[in-house]
Amino acid sequence: MGTKNWPLWEVFVRSKNGLEHRHCGSLHATDAEMALENARDVYTRRNEGVSIWVVESKNITASNPDNNGELFEPAQDKVYRHPTFYDLPDEVKHM
Amino acid sequence: MKSKNLYKYILGIADNSLILGQRMGELCGHGPSLETDIACTNISLDLFGQVRSYYQYAAKIAGDNRTEDDIAMLRKEREYVNVLLVEQPNTNFAYTMARQFLFDAYHLLFLQELEKSNDLTLSAIATKSIKEASYHQRFSSDWIKRLGDGTEESHQKMQEAINGLWTYTDELFHQTEADKAMVEQGVGVDVTKLKEVYYKQVGQILEGATLEIPESKWFQKGGKQGIHTEHLGYLLSDLQYMQRTYPNMSW
Repeated sequence: MGTKNWPLWEVFVRSKNGLEHRHCGSLHATDAEMALENARDVYTRRNEGVSIWVVESKNITASNPDNNGELFEPAQDKVYRHPTFYDLPDEVKHM
Repeated sequence: MKSKNLYKYILGIADNSLILGQRMGELCGHGPSLETDIACTNISLDLFGQVRSYYQYAAKIAGDNRTEDDIAMLRKEREYVNVLLVEQPNTNFAYTMARQFLFDAYHLLFLQELEKSNDLTLSAIATKSIKEASYHQRFSSDWIKRLGDGTEESHQKMQEAINGLWTYTDELFHQTEADKAMVEQGVGVDVTKLKEVYYKQVGQILEGATLEIPESKWFQKGGKQGIHTEHLGYLLSDLQYMQRTYPNMSW
C-alpha cells in the first residue's frame, strides 16, 4: 500500500478559539474521515490546535501565477486605497 | 511488598500496553505511508505514557529499589503477563489494525470501569487514558471499515487478519487470582462482565465493514500466566537489548 494514488488534502488548523483557521500543510488520504485523522496525527500532535478543516486540494481554485501582472500589479500604485489619509481619533485602536 | 496482588494486578494492565506499544513502535519509519506511520507511532507513545504511570505505581508498591525501567525492561519472558493478542506480529497492515481494533474495544471498556476503582491512582490513570483509548478505537475501527468494505483484496486481507487473531480475544476476559482478589476489594475490574458488550460492539463494527464474525469456539490462552506465543521472545530481545547490553544506561 502506498499513498501515491491517494488524493491530496489541504489542512487548516485553528490554534485557539477566536482565531481563524490557517493553512498549515497538506497530506494524503483516501477519504475525508482519514484526512481528518491524519491531520490530527500529523499537524496537532504537539498541541497546536482546537479545530481542523480538511479540503481535497482539487476543490481549491487557485489563481495562475502567470496572471500576477494583471491581477495584482494594478494595486501597487493605488496608495489611496489604504486608510492612511484620514485623521483617526485616539479612541479608535487597531486600525 | 505492601500488596502482592495489587502489584500483579497493575502489571496485568500495564504489560498489555507496553507490548502493544512496542509492536506499534516497530512501525516507526516503516509504516505503509507517512501519515499512518505517524499515527501508529502516536498510538505507541500514548500507550508508553500510560505504561509509565502504571509501572511507577508498581515500583512504589514493590517497595524495593526497582524503578519503572527495571520493571519494564528487566523481566524475563515468563514474567510478562500481557495477553497473547498484543504480542502478535505486524504480519501486514490489516493484522496491525485488526490487533489494535480487537484490543481497543476491550481497552476502552476496561478503562471506563477502572475509572470507578476505589484505588485513586488507578482511577486517575484510567481517566487520563480514556481519551487516548477512545481515539485509538476510532482510528482502528475506521480502518476496519475502510479495508473490510474496500476492495476485494483489502476485504480478503482484513478478513484473514480478523480470523487469525480471533482466537486470542477470549483471553481478555479471563481472570487471574490477583484479578479476583482486586475485584473483591473494589480495586479491580471484573473483566468477565465486559465480555458480552465487547463481542456485541466488535460484531457491529465487523458487520458494518461487511466482514464475517468468526465462529471459532476454540480460544488460545496463557499470556496472563506468562506462557506466551513464540513471538514475544523476539519482541523482548528488541525491547530489552540496550538495557541488557549496557546495564543501567540512560539517555
